[in-house]
Amino acid sequence: MAILTYREALNRAMVEEMEKDPLIYLMGEEVGHYQGAYKVSQGMLDKFGEERVIDTPISENGFAGIGVGSAMVGLRPIIEFMTWNFSLVAIDQIINSAAKMNYMSGGQFPMPIVFRGAGGAGGRLGAQHSQAFESWYAHCPGLKVVCPATPKDAYGLLKSSIRDNNPTIFIESEVLYGSKGEVPDDEYTIPLGLGEIKRKGTDITLVTWSRALSFALEAAEILEKEGISVEIVDLRSLRPLDENLIYESVKKTNRAVVVEEGWPVAGFGAQISHLIQKNAFSYLDHPVERVTQMDVPMSYAANLERMSLPNANRVADTIREMLR
Amino acid sequence: MVLIRKFEEAAAKAYSVGKIGGFLHLYIGQEAVGVGSIAALTPHDYIVSTYRDHGHALARGLHPNPLMAELFGKATGISKGNGGSMHFFDKNAHFMGGHGIVGGHISLAAGIAFASKYKKEDSVTICFFGEGAANIGSFHEGLNLAAIWKLPVVFICENNHYAMGTPEYRALAVKDVSVRAYAYDIARDHIEGDEVRKVRDHVKVAVDRARRGEGPTLIEVSTYRFRGHSMSDPAKYRTKEELEAYKKKDPLMRARHELELGGLKPEELDQMELDIQTQIDDAYAFAESSPEPPLSQLHKYVYAEDK
Ligand SMILES: Cc1ncc(C[n+]2csc(CCOP(=O)(O)OP(=O)(O)O)c2C)c(N)n1
Repeated sequence: MAILTYREALNRAMVEEMEKDPLIYLMGEEVGHYQGAYKVSQGMLDKFGEERVIDTPISENGFAGIGVGSAMVGLRPIIEFMTWNFSLVAIDQIINSAAKMNYMSGGQFPMPIVFRGAGGAGGRLGAQHSQAFESWYAHCPGLKVVCPATPKDAYGLLKSSIRDNNPTIFIESEVLYGSKGEVPDDEYTIPLGLGEIKRKGTDITLVTWSRALSFALEAAEILEKEGISVEIVDLRSLRPLDENLIYESVKKTNRAVVVEEGWPVAGFGAQISHLIQKNAFSYLDHPVERVTQMDVPMSYAANLERMSLPNANRVADTIREMLR
Repeated sequence: MVLIRKFEEAAAKAYSVGKIGGFLHLYIGQEAVGVGSIAALTPHDYIVSTYRDHGHALARGLHPNPLMAELFGKATGISKGNGGSMHFFDKNAHFMGGHGIVGGHISLAAGIAFASKYKKEDSVTICFFGEGAANIGSFHEGLNLAAIWKLPVVFICENNHYAMGTPEYRALAVKDVSVRAYAYDIARDHIEGDEVRKVRDHVKVAVDRARRGEGPTLIEVSTYRFRGHSMSDPAKYRTKEELEAYKKKDPLMRARHELELGGLKPEELDQMELDIQTQIDDAYAFAESSPEPPLSQLHKYVYAEDK
């Protein structure tokens, strides 16, 4: 088993899929000659040439539309947003075109397209470059939303996303690109909609995804020393959602906290919290709690950024409070 | 052209008695643009349309029955009732949709053309939009991308001089949309849209150019809609005189005149119109008697595997 970085795992997934299927192409700003703004597409231009690894001008709405149009006639585009912050310029194409094409055409136009790129908050990038947008996209039927937290998951989930015949929002964590983990050498995929228990425990269920998994794991370590056993559910994809995995865990622990990088209001944690109270109410010993980013745009100041983002201590405090 | 006119007159009637819901944007007055443009295409070329898509769909040769049924929201509709007036789709006919967001479809058209080039097929895509759409970012991004990659696409601006209630002089810094082609170093053309054969001949030049791999063209076709922006618009922002002046240049009258000059007798033309009316009556009856989509369809088609 190889140790790969998150970015290398993503690269390997794309390369393998493109080697197999000539209809797949990669398009975005700086994906080719520059080798990717975050180097996820390193080496791909040399391998596949300019016809399949395509640099675009800065025109998110335009090249998102190119992707959707080309998917209507059978290509399988991977559209890279340098970061998801800039996807807002293309949100019309993602939601009004990609998400609805199959539905409003009565099933005539499946949409095998992946929109992927760096997401999440942090790194002192300030308000416009530090945002977690998965809740926005998870809001829309027709889209699939995938948020891997480890190199192993990133590889398997990206391959599934590329093979899927639906528009997939594949949000990579900018902070995790350099993180390392074991990735099996043999090819594998991870079905979309299948979460994973990342740590077993008995006292409380922590539901999370993407980078927030690291806050959860760290909090679990801290609490273990205090005799509190935390179970961590990594959803891996928000749409489709592995609801049963959440309920099964809550049935065992009788308590749940959602930890997410995004804002609280209308955030995805609100949906999970609703689902748990609706479908596992009788197992709950405490209202479902949430740990999120603060309800403010991101500050540049180091101390304020730190304060705004969720972290292990906040997660641990929340759990201690719930178990009191 | 007569088929489009009569189809839409019937649709307007159905709308006014509540058989058709939502928005209904009619194409009446602009028929020569769609018919002329689409006559320049082969069956493997692609068409991308706007919310004003009835005329383009009929010009493509789609049967009026499933189109009318779509307006009525029936299971037999061209998009199974999920689309409505603004979203006609027919994959087999390469009719790539009516799209409801002004200008959003311009980059989709570039994308379809991109795929043709990628797959080394010689299909050309034509994309219709109004002069109002020429002011939105998608227009500029779509044209620039098509230009730098020399995509086989023809952008056809149907300038009917109004975007809803906004006359062109209040929206366009430079009134002539076609000169924007200079900004992207692509070919341009500008024609009057009341002569169907002229439209066809000009569009054909652009289509051939695209097919030869010489890149996109921006064509502005000057035209006029006789009705309001949609059925709910009484069009009070324009004068009666202006409307009457344009009606004197009705492309249908002009086409009929040319056919008579070409040797067809008035009685023959009258008979053709009657036959078309019968076809439309049939479409109306078909739409009316068709079933609504089954309620089980609500959750179908959200994802590709929901067949
Ligand atoms: C992005 C967007 N903004 C506004 C609208 C509402 N709207 C629909 S059609 C229209 C006017 C468009 O005019 P034009 O592009 O000239 O086309 P025409 O209707 O004249 O054929 C407007 C404002 C919309 N559908 N999409």
